[in-house]
Amino acid sequence: MVKFEQVTKKYGKHQVVKGLNLSVKKGELVTLIGPSGCGKTTTLKMVNRLIEPTSGRIFVNGRDIMEQDPVQLRRSIGYVIQQIGLFPNMTIMQNITVVCKLQGWTREQCMHRAEELLRLVGMDPKLYLDRYPTELSGGQQQRIGVLRALAANPELILMDEPFGALDPITREQLQSELKKLQEQLQKTIIFVTHDMDEALKLADRIVLMKDGRIIQAAEPDEMLRHPADEFVTSFIGKDRLLRSPDEVFVEEVMHTNPVTIESYRGLAEALERMRKRRVDSLMVVDNKGVLAGIITIRVVQSNLTTGGPVSNYLSPPPAAVTVGQTVRQAVHLMAEQGAGYLPVVDEKNRLQGLMTRASLVDILTDVLWPDIKENGEPTAAAGKEEDR
Amino acid sequence: MQVLQKSLDYIAENPAQFIGTIQEHLFLVLVPVAMAIVVAVPLGILATRYHWLEKIAVSITNIVQTIPSLAMLAIMIIVGLGLGNKPAMTALFFYSLLPILRNTLIGIKNVDSFLKEAATGMGMTNLQLLLMVELPLALSVIMAGIRTATVICIGTATLAVYIGAGGVGTYIVRGLQLMQNHLLLLGVVPAAVMALLADYLLGKIEYLLIPRGLRAENK
Ligand SMILES: Nc1ncnc2c1ncn2[C@@H]1O[C@H](COP(=O)(O)OP(=O)(O)O)[C@@H](O)[C@H]1O
Ligand SMILES: [Mg+2]
Repeated sequence: MVKFEQVTKKYGKHQVVKGLNLSVKKGELVTLIGPSGCGKTTTLKMVNRLIEPTSGRIFVNGRDIMEQDPVQLRRSIGYVIQQIGLFPNMTIMQNITVVCKLQGWTREQCMHRAEELLRLVGMDPKLYLDRYPTELSGGQQQRIGVLRALAANPELILMDEPFGALDPITREQLQSELKKLQEQLQKTIIFVTHDMDEALKLADRIVLMKDGRIIQAAEPDEMLRHPADEFVTSFIGKDRLLRSPDEVFVEEVMHTNPVTIESYRGLAEALERMRKRRVDSLMVVDNKGVLAGIITIRVVQSNLTTGGPVSNYLSPPPAAVTVGQTVRQAVHLMAEQGAGYLPVVDEKNRLQGLMTRASLVDILTDVLWPDIKENGEPTAAAGKEEDR
Repeated sequence: MQVLQKSLDYIAENPAQFIGTIQEHLFLVLVPVAMAIVVAVPLGILATRYHWLEKIAVSITNIVQTIPSLAMLAIMIIVGLGLGNKPAMTALFFYSLLPILRNTLIGIKNVDSFLKEAATGMGMTNLQLLLMVELPLALSVIMAGIRTATVICIGTATLAVYIGAGGVGTYIVRGLQLMQNHLLLLGVVPAAVMALLADYLLGKIEYLLIPRGLRAENK
């Protein structure tokens, strides 16, 4: 579907992509991952010719992209960016179907397509079609960003850290949704990230880059089992791998900066924070920092006209773990509750942080694939049976 | 109070002349502003596409703006446009260029670069990018430039009488020459009212041109 042949990009003397060779199969989701500045974005943008390679060739569907009209090429490729980039002057409906319109679809066709896509991610078309992007939370905005890329039915989609600016909970939700969409639609996706958890969760194949070169390209499993070198091992997170979930405490792996709101605040403020921090729900705390409950964007939006403090609209808080509990306990609780995340509180029930499934992946890889450790301890292997 | 009464009496005696003068003033202002829009907006757009043009256009209009109003009117005569409305309107046209050009340029340049990149990356042509994204998002800023230009011109046009043009400036000059305050008022008050009114109305239009999706934020 996409093939890079000896692709190089230079800025002046500075070579940012160095003789890259890669082929991406149809229906495959490949993540480009690596430290900041290693050339991921440059590599991605060369595919839709936002950046032109200095040398080498890139083929999409067997055709050399340099021999195609860039405008037509881009319309046939979906593109999602970290800053989301919805057009503020257009409604959600217009945003979703921008590319359709460029391709000359009628208004009815566009409308129909927008409704279909919104339903696909569980957003009510009646509620959202005529809204403007700023009226949506960050998570909702990026859902629309993904739908916009899907709208004209491209076979290939490029995503540049699409969930990078979202908060942990929303990010995981969108990752799950993307994975589901991908299973249904079987698009070919090149997905840039710098988050190994994200790569592990989504990728059919992980391409790890450093200084403009590919260090290793392998399926997630394979990469964890047989990291090509020291750099790969350290990028996966060597030190995380050396401990068992009984030795790691939740406060070590939690996100320490969850998005909260004080219970006396108004709904408008809640909406504002959801928008700013790009989340779909907020932890509500009282004036002592004690966790009082949660409030979701749905509740906020449907009660915005009634108003009043968020304390009037609380849902009970999800089960929480306490500082000092181990990761193993957190995993059990999470499984028991079917929860996507757990608040972490101190002994006085004051909110300290947030455990997410992503933060657990770090720990679990340790238990599930003990052989990537340098001196694998048998205790970890034993833990494997129990944890399943 | 007496002065005011005399002014009102004058209007009552010469209603057609008074209204005609105001109409002439508006004509003197609106035609050059309209022409400046026609020239400066496209020029501003082109300047966002060609860096060399941006430099040239901005420097020239900047220089024009620093020429004092009376000197500018004098120049119009020197370059051979003669006396009357034509040189006055030409001068006002030049004065209107800078605010409109500058705001068009800034309005478009200030559109977030990631929006432009998203638009291009999705397959918009340069023209589609301009019409679907850049202009809608820059429109209120461009309008603000037009508003500034109009208000400046309404004031400057009162000087145009010195080179033989009409407008409410005629009352001011006559008032000064004859030491008649009531005539002075007939020039000064309408000029001020026109400027305020234009500012208000164009401000309203400017607000309406802010894309609906952005208005809540700008409040
Ligand atoms: N327009 C540019 N001019 C010069 N250098 C650039 C330009 N764009 C990117 N670079 C450099 O290229 C390298 C790779 O950038 P990028 O592909 O954005 O990295 P990544 O997405 O992996 O963080 C960086 O060192 C960056 O400074
Ligand atoms: Mg990048």
